[in-house]
Amino acid sequence: MRIPLSYVLKRIGFLVAVLFTAATINFLIPKLAPRDPVTELINRKIASGGLTSEGAAEFGDSLRKLYGLDKPLWQQYLTYIWNMMRFDLGYSIVNYPQRVSDIIGQTVFWTLGFVATSTILAFLIGTVVGALVGWSKTSKWFSWLMPPLAMFSAIPAFILALVLIYFLAFKLKAFPLRGGFSATIEKDWSSTEFLLDVVHHAILPGLSMLLVSVGGWALGMRAMMVTVEGADYITFAEAKGLKGSRIFFSYALRNTLLPQVTALAMQLGLIVSGATLVETMFSYPGIGNRLGAAIAALDYPVIYGIVFFMVVGIAVATLFVDLLYPFLDPRISYSGG
Amino acid sequence: MQKSQGFKGFLKYVRRNPALGGGLVILLLLLLFSTVAGLFVPKEGAYPLSTTPKQPPSAEHPFGTDSVGRDLLPTLIYGTQMTLSIGLIAGCIGLGVGTVLGFMTGYFGGLFDTIIKFLVDVLMTIPSFLLLVTIASSVPNPEEMSILQMALILSLVAWVQPTRAIRAQVMSMRERAFVMMAKLSGMSGMEIIVKELMPNLLPYLAISLAGAVNGGVLGSLGLQTLGIGNLREPSLGMTIYWLRYYNAFLQGYWWWIIEPVIMIAAIFIAFLLISIGLDEFANPRTRRTV
Amino acid sequence: MSATPLLQIKNLKVYYYVEQGAVKAVDDISFNMELGVKMGLVGESGSGKSTMALALMRMIKPPGKIVGGQMLLDGTDLIKLSEEQMRQIKLSRLAMIPQGAMNSLNPVMRIDKQLVDGMLDHNVIMTKEEREKRVGALLEMVDLAPKVAKMYPHELSGGMQQRVTVAQSISMEPDLIIADEPTSALDVVIQRQVMETINRLQQRLGLSVILIGHDMGLMAQTVDRLAVMYAGKLMEIGETRAMFRHPLHPYTELLIKSLPVLENKGVFSGIPGITPSLLNPPTGCVFHPRCPKAWDLCEKTTPPFTEVESGRWVACHLNTA
Repeated sequence: MRIPLSYVLKRIGFLVAVLFTAATINFLIPKLAPRDPVTELINRKIASGGLTSEGAAEFGDSLRKLYGLDKPLWQQYLTYIWNMMRFDLGYSIVNYPQRVSDIIGQTVFWTLGFVATSTILAFLIGTVVGALVGWSKTSKWFSWLMPPLAMFSAIPAFILALVLIYFLAFKLKAFPLRGGFSATIEKDWSSTEFLLDVVHHAILPGLSMLLVSVGGWALGMRAMMVTVEGADYITFAEAKGLKGSRIFFSYALRNTLLPQVTALAMQLGLIVSGATLVETMFSYPGIGNRLGAAIAALDYPVIYGIVFFMVVGIAVATLFVDLLYPFLDPRISYSGG
Repeated sequence: MQKSQGFKGFLKYVRRNPALGGGLVILLLLLLFSTVAGLFVPKEGAYPLSTTPKQPPSAEHPFGTDSVGRDLLPTLIYGTQMTLSIGLIAGCIGLGVGTVLGFMTGYFGGLFDTIIKFLVDVLMTIPSFLLLVTIASSVPNPEEMSILQMALILSLVAWVQPTRAIRAQVMSMRERAFVMMAKLSGMSGMEIIVKELMPNLLPYLAISLAGAVNGGVLGSLGLQTLGIGNLREPSLGMTIYWLRYYNAFLQGYWWWIIEPVIMIAAIFIAFLLISIGLDEFANPRTRRTV
Repeated sequence: MSATPLLQIKNLKVYYYVEQGAVKAVDDISFNMELGVKMGLVGESGSGKSTMALALMRMIKPPGKIVGGQMLLDGTDLIKLSEEQMRQIKLSRLAMIPQGAMNSLNPVMRIDKQLVDGMLDHNVIMTKEEREKRVGALLEMVDLAPKVAKMYPHELSGGMQQRVTVAQSISMEPDLIIADEPTSALDVVIQRQVMETINRLQQRLGLSVILIGHDMGLMAQTVDRLAVMYAGKLMEIGETRAMFRHPLHPYTELLIKSLPVLENKGVFSGIPGITPSLLNPPTGCVFHPRCPKAWDLCEKTTPPFTEVESGRWVACHLNTA
C-alpha cells in the first residue's frame, strides 16, 4: 500500500494547526486572566520570610526580565511560539531552576507504562468481546457480559480507582495503596525485585483504566458488528459457503477495524485526562500526578508545559493513526481522507 | 421514529425502552434527593466544624461525618445539587451554542462552516479536560468560584461535541426529500430549519444534551478533584478532593469513600442509560438495549 | 429429459414469524427443474421470490424459518443436511449470484483473494502458481483484464464488480446457479453485457440457472422455462415461449400485457390493485381480488396447482373447472 503524499501533508498540516492553537491558548489565557504570577510568587516568598519587601521590587524586575514579561505582547508571543517549537517549556517557578522539560522527562515514562498497557489491553479485550456479542452465530451467553461492562464504562476511572483502592488495597492488602514503587526497595531498574515491585504498584491504576474502557470498546464494536452483519458482502460470503471463522475474521471483523481504530484516536484525549486523575488518586509518580501537584502549588510554567506536552503527544499519536488508515481501508487514500 | 401522544403515550413508550425509563428514574431520584431532602436537612451541616468529626453512620448522622466535622448527609445532598446544577447549566449553554452553530454551518455551509469545522476538528484533538485545567487554574481566586462561573468555564468546551453532532445530522437531513419539498414550496432557510429540521432532530438534540450535561458533570468533578475551584462549598468533586487530602483510606473511613462514589456512579449510570435509550429512540431498528 | 430432475421442490413453506403472526413468504411451492435448463422466476416485489432464493441456499434468517417441504438437489434433501454439509454444497454444487452488485464484495480485500477463498474453504488445494493461474482464467471467463486481480472493489465499476461475483459463483463449476436479480442495480447497457456473460457461461459450462427477477422482457429473451409467483404461491410454470404465446393464468396474461411493446410506445398497462398482505392473504385464490376473470368459486377455494399438459402447471379455476 502506497500512501499518497498529499494525504500525508494534509495530516501533518493539521497536526501543526493543532499545536499552534494549543500554544496560542497557553499563551493567551494567562494574559487574559487578571493575575500576576510574579507578584503572587513574591508575596508567597515574603510571607514565608524568604524575602524582605525592600528586595522584592528588585527580585520582581529580574524575574520579569527572565520571563520576558517586560517586552511588548507581540514580541512575547513570537518568543513563546519559538520556544514551544524548540520544546523549550521554561522553568518551574516553585522549584526554580528546574526545567519543565526535565520534570516531564522524569515522569512521562511512568505514565506511558501503565496507560499504554491498560489501553492496549482494554482495546483488544473490548473489541473481541464486542465482536463476539454482536455476531449472531456466537453463543448468547456472551451477551451477559455487556451490562456490567457498560456500567463500568459509565463511571470515571478515578472514581472506580477509589473503590479499587478501598477494597483491594486497604481491605485485602493485595496491592499497595499509593506510589509507583516501595520506599524500602533500592531504585535499580536492572533488578528483577524492583521491576516486580513497579508492576505490583502499576496494577491498580492500570486496572482502573482498563475496567472503565473495556465496556466502551465492546459497546461500539457490538453495534458495528450488528451493522456489518447485515451487509451484502456478508450475505454473499455465506452464499459462497465460506467457513464461519473466515467470515468472522476476514469479512466482518476486518471491516470494523477502521471505525474502531478511529474511535481509539478520538478517545486518546479522554484516556490522557482520565490517567491524570487516576495518577492523582494513587499519588503515582507519573506526569498527571505532577500536573496535579503543579496545580496545587500554582506553578504555572509547569501546568502549561505539561498540558502542552500532553497535547503534542496526543496530536502525534493521532497523526500516527491517521497514517495507519490507508492500511486498514484501501478506500481512504483515494478519497483523500 | 416513535411519535408518542402526550404523557400517556410517553409512559407507554418508556415501557418498551427500559434503558430510557431506568435512566430517567435514577435521575429523578437523584434530583429528588438533592432538592426535596434539602427541605428537611439544613445546609449548615455541610461545612467543617459543624459536628463531631470521624463518626461512622449512626441514627444521629445517617451518612456519618468526615474528619473535619462535616455531616455527610447534607454534604451529599447539597453536593449533588451543586454538581448537577453545574452540569446542567454548562450542558444547556453547550447545547444552545452547539445547536446554533450546528444548524448554521450544516445548513448554510460556506466560509463560516469551513472555519467552524476546522476549529471543531482542532478542539476535538486537544483534550477538553486539559483545556479546562489551563483555563480554570488561571482564574483569579478559584476558591471563591460560584456555580455559574464554574459552569461558564465548562461551557467553553461543552459546545464542541454538540456542534459536531448536530452539524452532521443537519447535513444528512438537508438532502432528504422533505427538505427538498419545503425548499420547492418556497420556504426560507430559517423557516425550514425551525419547521422541518428541528422536529426531526429532537432526539439527536436530546442525545447531545445528555452528552453535554454528562461532560459538564465529569469536567467539574475532575477539576475539583485536582483542587481547582470552590473547595469550601459542598459539591461531589470537593468531597473527593478532601477525602483524598485527609487520607480517608489510611484511616479506613469507608462511609466517607463509598457514599460520594455511589452518588457519582448513579449520576453517570443514569446518563449512560438515558443516552442508550435515546439512541434506541432515534434509531429503533439498528440498536438493541444492553 | 433425464429420469430424476436436478432440483425437486416439494411443498416448500417459508414463514416469517412477526408479532402479528406468520408471514407466508413462500407457501406450499412445488416444481421440478432439469439439468442444463435456464429457469426464470418472476413476480412483483414482495411475491416471495427472493425468499425462495435464500431458502434454496438455506440462508433464511430469524424470524424467518423453513417450516415444511423438501428441497431435493440430485435426490439429496438440502433441508435435512447439517450446517457443515450444506456449507460444503454451497459454491461447489449450488452457487448464488447476488443482487446488490456494488456491495457484495468485501471492500478491504483484493479481488484475487476473494476469487479463491471460496475454493480454499472447499478443500481445493492449490500452489501459489495454480492459484494465480486460476484467478487469471476466471477473470478471462467473465471478460475482465488480468490486472483486476490486484485491485480493490472500489476501483471497479458496478458492472465489473458484478462480473467478479459471477466469476466467484462459477469458480467451482456448480450444477445450479441462483441469480437473484443479478443486474437490477446496473444500467441497461451493462445489464445486457452481464446477462450475455452469464448466458455464455451457462452454455459453456452446462450450468443450470434459476434467474430471479420482475422483468418479463428480460425473461422472454433469456430463459427456457418460466415460473410465475404471486403472494408466496406459484401461479403458473412452463416453457417460456408457450407461456408467452398462450398464457393460462390471468396473472401471467396481465404480466405479459403490461410489457411495453415497441409498436405502441408509452402504452404501459400496469396491473390494477395492490399486492396482498402475506400476513392475511385473501381466501381462495390469492389473486382473485385483482383478477379480471374471477368468479365466486375463486373467493372460496384455493385452486390446486395441476399439470395441464406435459411440463405445464397452473393454479387457476379457469383451467380445472
